[in-house]
Formats: sequence, C-alpha cells, structure tokens
Amino acid sequence: MSTIYIDNKQYEVKAGKNLLEACLGLGIDLPYFCWHPALGSVGACRQCAVKVFKDENDTHGRLVMSCMESIRDGLHLSVSDKTAKAFRSQVIEWLMTNHPHDCPVCDEGGSCHLQDMTVMTGHDYRRYHYKKRTYTNQYLGPFIHHEMNRCIQCYRCVRYYHEYAGGKDLNVFAAHNHVYFGRERDGILESPFSGNLVEVCPTGVFTDKTLREHYTRKWDLTTAPSVCNHCSVGCNTIAGERYGQLRCITNRYNSQVNGYFLCDRGRFGYEFVNSANRITQPLIRNRTVEAVDEAVLMDHLRALLTNHTLIGIGSPRASMESNIALMQLVGKENFYQGISDNAVFVEKRIVEVMQSGVIKTASLHDIQQSDAIVILGEDLWNTAPVMALAVRQGVMKTAAHQALQNRAIAEWHDAAVKELVQQEKGFLANCTVSSSPLDEISSSVMHKAPEDLARLGFAIAQRLNMVLPVVQLNDDMSTPAAVIAAALQKAKRPVIISGAGYYNEALIRAAFDIAAACKATAEEVHLAYVMPECNSMGLAMMQASGFENAVLRTSRVNNVTAIVLENDLYRNVPAQIADVFFNNCQHCIVLDSLHNATTQHADVLIPAASFAEADGTLVNYEGRAQRFYQVFVPANKNMQESWKWLMKMQPVQTGSAVERSYHPEEVLAMGEQLLPRLSGITAVAPPRNFRVNGQPLPRAPHRYSGRTAMLSNLTVSEPKPKQDYDSPFTFTMEGYSGMPPSPLIPFFWSPGWNSNQAVNKYQEEPGGSLKNEHAGKLLFEYKQDATPVYFKDIPEAFMVRHEKWLLLPQYEVFGSEELSAYSKGISELSPSPYAALSQLDADPLSLVNGSLITVKIFEQVYELPVRINAAIPKGVMLMPAGLAGMPVMAWNSWVQIISIRL
Amino acid sequence: MGRKLLLEKAHVPGIRTYEVYRREGGYRSVEKALKTMTPDQVTEEVKKSGLRGRGGAGFPAGMKWSFLAKPEGVPRYLVCNADESEPGTFKDRYLMEFIPHLLVEGLIVASYALGSNKTFIYIRGEYAWIVDILEQAIAEAKNNGWLGKNILGTGFDLEIYVQRGAGAYICGEETALLESLEGKRGNPRIKPPFPAVKGLWDSPTVVNNVETLAAVVPIINIGGDEYAKIGVGKSTGTKLISACGNINKPGVYEIDMTISVEEFIYSDEYCGGIPDGKRLKACIPGGSSVPILPANLLLKTAKGEKRMMNYESLSDGGFATGTMMGSGGFIVLDEDQCVVRHTLTLARFYRHESCGQCSPCREGTGWMEKILKNIEYGKGKKSDIDLLWDIQRKIEGNTICPLGDAAAWPVAAAIRHFRDEFEWHVLYPNAAQNRNYGLAHYADPLPVAAKT
Repeated sequence: MSTIYIDNKQYEVKAGKNLLEACLGLGIDLPYFCWHPALGSVGACRQCAVKVFKDENDTHGRLVMSCMESIRDGLHLSVSDKTAKAFRSQVIEWLMTNHPHDCPVCDEGGSCHLQDMTVMTGHDYRRYHYKKRTYTNQYLGPFIHHEMNRCIQCYRCVRYYHEYAGGKDLNVFAAHNHVYFGRERDGILESPFSGNLVEVCPTGVFTDKTLREHYTRKWDLTTAPSVCNHCSVGCNTIAGERYGQLRCITNRYNSQVNGYFLCDRGRFGYEFVNSANRITQPLIRNRTVEAVDEAVLMDHLRALLTNHTLIGIGSPRASMESNIALMQLVGKENFYQGISDNAVFVEKRIVEVMQSGVIKTASLHDIQQSDAIVILGEDLWNTAPVMALAVRQGVMKTAAHQALQNRAIAEWHDAAVKELVQQEKGFLANCTVSSSPLDEISSSVMHKAPEDLARLGFAIAQRLNMVLPVVQLNDDMSTPAAVIAAALQKAKRPVIISGAGYYNEALIRAAFDIAAACKATAEEVHLAYVMPECNSMGLAMMQASGFENAVLRTSRVNNVTAIVLENDLYRNVPAQIADVFFNNCQHCIVLDSLHNATTQHADVLIPAASFAEADGTLVNYEGRAQRFYQVFVPANKNMQESWKWLMKMQPVQTGSAVERSYHPEEVLAMGEQLLPRLSGITAVAPPRNFRVNGQPLPRAPHRYSGRTAMLSNLTVSEPKPKQDYDSPFTFTMEGYSGMPPSPLIPFFWSPGWNSNQAVNKYQEEPGGSLKNEHAGKLLFEYKQDATPVYFKDIPEAFMVRHEKWLLLPQYEVFGSEELSAYSKGISELSPSPYAALSQLDADPLSLVNGSLITVKIFEQVYELPVRINAAIPKGVMLMPAGLAGMPVMAWNSWVQIISIRL
Repeated sequence: MGRKLLLEKAHVPGIRTYEVYRREGGYRSVEKALKTMTPDQVTEEVKKSGLRGRGGAGFPAGMKWSFLAKPEGVPRYLVCNADESEPGTFKDRYLMEFIPHLLVEGLIVASYALGSNKTFIYIRGEYAWIVDILEQAIAEAKNNGWLGKNILGTGFDLEIYVQRGAGAYICGEETALLESLEGKRGNPRIKPPFPAVKGLWDSPTVVNNVETLAAVVPIINIGGDEYAKIGVGKSTGTKLISACGNINKPGVYEIDMTISVEEFIYSDEYCGGIPDGKRLKACIPGGSSVPILPANLLLKTAKGEKRMMNYESLSDGGFATGTMMGSGGFIVLDEDQCVVRHTLTLARFYRHESCGQCSPCREGTGWMEKILKNIEYGKGKKSDIDLLWDIQRKIEGNTICPLGDAAAWPVAAAIRHFRDEFEWHVLYPNAAQNRNYGLAHYADPLPVAAKT
C-alpha cells in the first residue's frame, strides 16, 4: 500500500497501479477515453490529465496524464486543480470539434461514455465554428453498425480488436485529423468477438445492429441479470426487454468468469426469443382444435400421467430447476439424459474427475493468470469462444510478465509493454484435430486424431511423473511431448484444458493425468473440461443414463408416456434412435420454446419459456452454478418455465387436490434431496425474499419512460405491474435505487455514469472483483490433500484405414449451437455443410476444394463439397456439427466415400 | 572564411565517385578507427568532440552512444535518420547528393563504435533520386572492401541498407522512424523503453542524423579535442545551415558557429543580403518548428548583445525573446511577407503531418489551421487570436511526441511577436487581401512580447 494525497486529502492505495486507476478506485470521477482496465494505458487521448506536485510545498505542479503515472508513496496530486480542469475540458472541446451533435438519433445516446465525460469536464460552450470532418461508413456484417463520423479517435477499438482479441481485419487508416477505423474494404468482421466493439467504443461508432432493428434506449429497457445459454462457459449477461420483445444482450462483468467481454454468439444469439418459430400455445395433437388452454391441458394430462410408465428425458440446455422438476415428476429411476450414451460416457468421466477434487477447476480468471496452457483435444475457439479469448490473455500476460522482469515499467503501461514484448508469447500448446486461430499464438501446435492426442497427453504426464507407464510415440510427437512437458515443469500456474467435443474419453483421462503430474512442481494447477452445452455439466451431475438406455427401456415396457424437456433429440442422437423412441412411446409430452423435429412427434406440446422469460440455474463447465433471472413476463401467459409446468403436473399425477406454486429455490432444494452431489446449489443466489433496506430491486432504471402510456392503445387504465414471486426483483423502476449486490445487478448505472463504464463504480478497484462479489456457487470442492489416482489405460495409436475415414465433428462458432442458430445474424454467418479432409487424403483422389463427395452415414447419403485443410491428420474427415442437414452423433464412426464429382 | 570540415571537398569534380573521394583522402577515418582504435575509443573521441545531434534537438551524440545497452547475444543497430522533412531544411539532402561517400564513411566508423553489423539509412520518400546515389556509393564502398565481411581484415562485418520512407514528417521522430522501418504504421512510441534499450526489432538502437554521422569523419581524422576547439562554448564543430527565403544566395553553408546572424544574412560569403534592397522582417533560423523572430530580436538579443549563429546565442532569452538552432533550416522573410499567411502555411503542414494518435495534436492542429485560414482570408474575429493562443498553449507539452510542440511553437511565436499584424488582418480584412502589413514598429525592442 502507498499513501498518496489527492487535493491534500490522504488516501491509502494499492501500489503498482496508475493514478487514474487509483482515483477511479477511490470513487473520484476522472474522465478518460483511451484507457480501459482490460486494455491498459497508452496515454493517447490526454483526457485524464491531473496536476502532480513535487512535494507539499510545490504550488506550481506539473500537468501529467494520470493513466501514465505510477503511484509513488507520498505523491501529491490534484484532480480539481484549475489548470488540469481547464485542460481536461479543452480535450473534450477538441474531441467535440468533429463529433456530430446527433445524440437524439444516435444509438449510443443515454449510454454514451463521451456524453458522460463531456458533462463531467463541464465543457458546454462551442468555440469551433467550422465544418466537421465526415467519413464514409462501412458495411461490417450483420452485427455491427458503423458510423465513423462519431469517432473521437481513442483507438480503443483497434487495441481491443487487434491486440486483445487477435482480429486482423479492423485497423486504423490514414493520419492526422482524418484517421479512420474500419476494414480495408466493406465486409463482415472476421473475429467472433466483434460485438465487444459496441461496448469498447466510448461513443456511437460501433453499435449493435440487432438492437437497431428494434431499438430502445438503455433507460427504457427492463433488464435482468442473465447467464448466456449458448455454450458451457456461462458468461454473465444483462438481457434487456421492452414491449415484450428481447432487445439486446450486454456484458455483465464478473471477475471470475467473463470479465468485460462476450463472444458474438452470446451477444447476438438472443433473437431466437423473438422468433416466429416460438411455441405459443399448448397443443393437443389430433384434435379438431389442437390449441388448448391450461385447464383443458391439465385435464388431458391426467390420463397421460397416471396409469402410464413415465419416462423423463432431461436436457443439457434446460435449467437445473427444469431438470430437477422432471426428475421429481418421473422418479429418479425413470429420468434419462437426453443425450447419446457416447456423450454420457465422456461427461460422466469428467464429473468423476472433477468430483475427486484432486485438481482445481479453472475459471476464466485462472486461465488468464496462468503461465502455461495446454489444450488437449478441444476446439476451444469454436466450442467455448470466450475461454479461447481468456487463453489468449494468459499467453499475452505471461509474455508481458517475462518482459517486465527487472524493469521499471508497470504492467498497465500497455504501449511500453507491447514494445518490450514484441513477438514473444507465453507458453500455449494447442493440440487439436484441426487448425484453429489459436495456433498462431501457440508455442506448440499439434494436429492429430483424438486417440493420438490422448497418447500425447499420457506421454506428457509420463515425462512429468516417471512412475507412469511409458507411451511409445513417433518422432513427430515425442519431441513436442518433451517440449510441452518441459514447459509445464517450469510453470507455476499451469492450466490444462480438454473437453467433450470429440466424445473421446481417453482425452479426459489424459488431461487429468497431465494436471495431476503437474502438481509436483507447480504452485497451483487448474483443469478445465469444456462441455457441449450451457447446462451439460449440471445434467451430467444428475448422473442419469443416456438416451439409448431410455430407448431400451421403452422397448421393454408398454404404456409409456415420455416427457421430453427442452430437447431436440434429433440433434442429440441419430435420427433412427429417436424414431424408435417415439414409436415405442405411447404418449409423448414435449416442453420446448421453439418448434423443431422433436416437437413434431409430441402428442402434447407445451410452450416453455426461453431464458429471458424464465428463472433458473445453469451449471457451467467448472461446476459453477449461476442463476439467471426472468427479464420479463411474456404477454402470452402460456409461456411458462418448464419447471413450473412440471411442478403443476405433480398434483395432476398424484391426484392430490392441493395446488401450489413453487419457487426456484424450492425446486433446487428438491434437487439437493434427490441428488446429494448437488448439495449447496441452493446457495447459488440470494433468496427470493432478499431485500435491501426492506426494498426489492427494480429491473428498470429510475428514468424508465412511458410506463403509464405503454399500453394505452389497448387500455387507458394503467394495468397493475406484474409481480415477481420468484426473485428479489420487481418488474418496474420501484424499489431500492442504490447498487445491488453482485449476482443481482440488472444494469450498471451510477450518477454521471450512464454508459457501461459505470461498472467501475461496482468494482473494488478498476478491473478487479465486484464489491462483495458472489460469482455463483462452485459445486466441485477442491480437496487439498486428495491424492491423485492416475489413469494408466493408454489407448492404441490411431490407425489410418484403407479408404475409410474417421468422422469427427468440426464445431462452428456460428451454426453449431442450436438456439443461437435461430437468430438471423448468426444463421447468416453459419457456413453451409461441407466435409473437410487432409491434403494427403485429397490428393490420391484428385479432390480439390469444392469437389463434391458422396458419403453414407447411418444409411443416409450426403453429398458435400470438400474443404481441404492441410492441418487435418490423414485418415480423418471433419463435418460441421449441429448444422441443419448434417449427420448427428455419427462421430468416431468410419465413413466411406461412395462417389466423387470433381 | 570559416573552417570547412564536411563540405570542403563537396565541389571537387567527380567527388561522388569512389575513386575521386578516395583520392581526396576519403575513408582515412575508417582505416584509423578500425585499425588503431577500439570501439570505445571511437565513442570517447566523439564524446570529447562535444558533437551535438544535428537533427534539431542538439543532444550530445557521444552521450547518446554511451547510453546504448550492450546485452550479450542481442544485435545492436545504428539507424541513420535521413528523413529530413522539417520545412526549410535541406542540408542532409545536399550532403548526401554531393558527397555521399562522406555519409557512408561516417556510418562505417559509427557502426564500428556501436557494434552494429546492420546499419540502416532511413531516407525520406521524396528523396528518390538520392537513394540511387547512396546505393551506388554503398556498392562502390563494398566493392572496395569498406563494407561486407571482415572489413580491412579486422573481423568487423557491416552491411548498410537504404530504406525509403513514405513521406510522413512524423517518421523523422526517432521512435516513429523505427516503427516505420519495422514496416508498421509510423506512430511514435511512448518512452520508456528508449531506443537505446529497445529500439529496432526489440534491439538496442542508436538513431542519428545524417550530418551528425558525417561529422564523425572529421572528428576521427583530426581528433575530438581538435574538433572541440572549433566553434564556441558547447557549440563545437561546424554546422550546415540551409538558407532559403528572401535572400540573394539560397543554399547550404557550412559555418563554424562563431559568426553572427547579421553576418550570415548580409555577408556575400553566405546569404548575400536580401534581394531588391528590401528590409528584413523576420526569420526562422532553425527549421519551421522553431519560433519565428522579428528582425530586431533576431539580430540583437533582448540584452542588446549581438546574436550569434550558435546553439546558446540563438536560444538566448528563451521563447519570449529567443529561438532555437534547430535543424539549421534558415528561413528569411523580407518586409513584403505576410506573417499570418506564413503561419497558416506552417499550420497546414503540421495538421497534415500529425499522426493522429493523441488528441491535442490531432484535433488542435486542424483547428488552428482553420482559424488561421479564416484570419488570412478576412473572416477572422479578434477573439480568434486569443483562441489560437489558447489552443497552442494547451497543445504545448501535452502531447506524446514533440510534433505537438513543433506545431504549437510557430503559432505561439507568430502571435507573440506579430500580434498587431494578426489584429490588422481581423480589423481590416479588405486591406489585408490587397496589401501587406509591412514592417510596422518591429524596430521597437520588445513591443509585442511585453504585451503577451
């Protein structure tokens, strides 16, 4: 700690930071643009100027940029100094010379950092009377709207996109007062992290194009803390609604998980909520009028739920509450995971490893802080994009730490650090099946079939712990194995990442063995397994058997009523198996939010609420349970949370007359009862009766407008606001107006800070944890003294088969995930089907890019264009997973090419 | 007649060719340095000579060399800054064009002293034809064993590469130059780290001006002590001055820094006076970014002493009544020149050359240009002059690199010394369109400076 004096007042601040961070951390308002806690300082905008004095007797002082000045013990500075204030106001005046006064029609208005800073400096009079500079805007794809005239040249976009996220197609062009931020020519931004430009840009140059299509001011949004449901990372988000329509997703800072940034799938994949494909009404099939109301439905269900064997099919994308409610309804022994046995087998192993508590799970924060990362058999960039971004930060930060050793330069000094680091990278071994954008920052890149990768993993573990069995590797793998092992041996905080992506259980074991072997030398070892979907981990922890077992069961038992929970089985198991299942079941009740192949088979179809209309809990890849809150009550009251529907079926089934409503925490408590390994999950968030100063928490900011008039086209009397019995929130602006505790932050706002930069005020220190942060509930416990039990069962090496290819999935950021694919922008960017092959396999067949091959998978014939990728190992064929018209769960089978059209 | 060290042989016929240059005593310093001196001794000689960087800042060259970090196993680089882009300055062009081997010779000696095996000449893009001249000279030097492997059998290897810039003024700033040389956008770096520690491609680097490096040759030939005897005070050696503007004999002159400004302007040996018998109005003695001085303050300091052509005397009086030696771009304005128009020209230049990185320079220079344009074209207001003063005050000292200062100083000096001319433009816009303000009362000592 250091003592500094700000305007002659004494403060204790953390050493090693800069003055801007110190001031903001102390709650002192100081304007800034080019600085960002995740990006560091470059001193370009000159907005954060303060006066620094030699000592307490110095009255003259020196104007410095606070973001470029280290904290020194006994430092005297002045924020309120007249010269400093005048200069800060002058900088704003400069920036405003060319900034259009189009706030009323600007998407950023009302949540604009430039507006906030302008007001903060007090600049209000215009002395510039000349024409403003104008630019031509660019088309940047379906997500980002470009309006260059508003640019104030803070360079944050390029620094974020280029340096932080590794994108190559956004840059700064031209010079002097005509610098341009954009692409070399119009075109879709290539990085899957482009959406963060919207939040990084302090003004309205880069804005959310999807929001623009149904625009609402920030202050008119009803928002709730949410959790992204498009991959297993579980990034915290804020979802905003108005007029019953979900309008936008923004980042919700969480120091342990996503920090400041989201991926585009998470940010723009929300539009399925507004889709015309939504199920809006309970349907009973084969009636004259299929659509029914709740009473008729329940009446009808009585016959289906009683005197039948109930089979419940759970879902990796439904909340814990819904899965638990289903298990409660059908009974533990009748509950099945709605995923194939192959997946269950792998995920079970993951849960077992995590449950053993030998290795700590790696949060994204841990990954960012790690000094050596090994990715073993997971296409991180496409299956967990934000984790890939964290890996990138880990690599960059390690390089920075190395470069800064014995140098009098602080870590926040981004420009100097970049200068020192140049091309240096921290250690990253990216061992996957095919090429990935992470390859270019990897010290060690390996593209092999999953079995070989697992063998590589075991070999690395053996080199770290000689007791383990020796793996015979070819030369092309033994050298990298030695290199990776050597790097891990030196590492203090290594992280091993693997996942269920290739449905290869040996990879899971190998990754564990490496991590366990690292424990001998490292201070802290972390392990992460990426899971296929947002609640895969939660479902896997329920330890039910896979779908094939359910099918088997239905073939043995008659009179089955199946209840399928938010699960398109035709995406999770091969179509033949799903067909058998539906044939076997006498009745089938399906709860889901969108029509899909499975809902076609429903005798009874019940509309489920999407994440935005629901309360629930998701368990992310690290076993972190996180609560998401209902954003709005849909006008259509049929859209209810699946768990609510299922809890309503309970009395129907048992014939009890007592009808009562349940709350999420009660359902979770049931889960704890049913499954002891879920114990603690009720602590995921404050209870529903949580109040601050006796007040509930408002979802809408106090400036929310039009509440009394919003529905006046329907009724002139203002309807009673919707009540929320499930959470501490209200659906209005009434309630506690201060800062809510961390898991209950519906929006970031502080007086004078209307933009997302208000997050500074919610943090302990800029870029640090939120005040009293409650970053979810970790369900896996780390056991300090647990001794690792190594897996010694090493798989055989991958053998290329003659004229046959091992089929493996190629994940796509846009397209592979089910729900986001229903959003317009995401579907626009998702690729068309293809089959990817190695150059070595293509050449003998004279295949070139675009040649059409016909393959037969599970009796189904596919004709696909070929993509040749030199990185793919020989004998392996990749096909995009999850795309419409692509094989489902045929992975790790051997396929033959039937015919070729060149 | 002052002593000439650099341009003495510049007009010998055929001096551009290796044969003539060698015959005239060229490459003697290389022989002397490589064969009889250690690299540290060479650096020591340069230190003793008191040679100051000729690019504009005037930082002692020997000192700069001694700061160079010398970690094991890391290459070191010498970069010759030939991006001479300060308006009014063309001394380096002259030197490279007429006597290119002198620079090559200086580079070899300096590279030897610094331990650079790869030396770069970063040359201004507009000097296209000089690239050919330099490459010809480098090829000749290489053919004759002065470059390449194992030079003179001493085991010292050196290659010199010429790299053309793309014409940005900011690339004359040493860190922006290094960025550009690395193939990146020419934005200045934030220091530290300094180039002497992390410069070109992450390696310790010294960046020196053409004239500085050429001056190494006579220093080695005659010895540092001898060199230091030329000139006065800390202004040792000779200095190239590129004189232009309203003078009879524009050109590049080598002076030994003991002559007075008056003598330089009026003597036939140098500028040869002002054409058509007009009177001197003002002068920018060190390239466009140093403060302009009215005649009275140019010829005599505020203390009434004769102003001399050296670092100390020119900067006597600070910015209030003095100016700077700068890069030696000596621009003379006669009584018919309009200071407002002149300032506008400079402001336009600096606006165009701002890299666009930091706000004060990027936005401030553009604004200043617009205001000056209005004043010049009869649309100015009196408050514009105060606004101009305010803007330049806020730019100065508050930018990442010195370009902001370079843009602010000419405007500041013009208003400081010629405020009445600006006011006249505002008050009589029609008159200002048709005739010039003239000399007014610049003979009066310190009239305007006192006001501001």
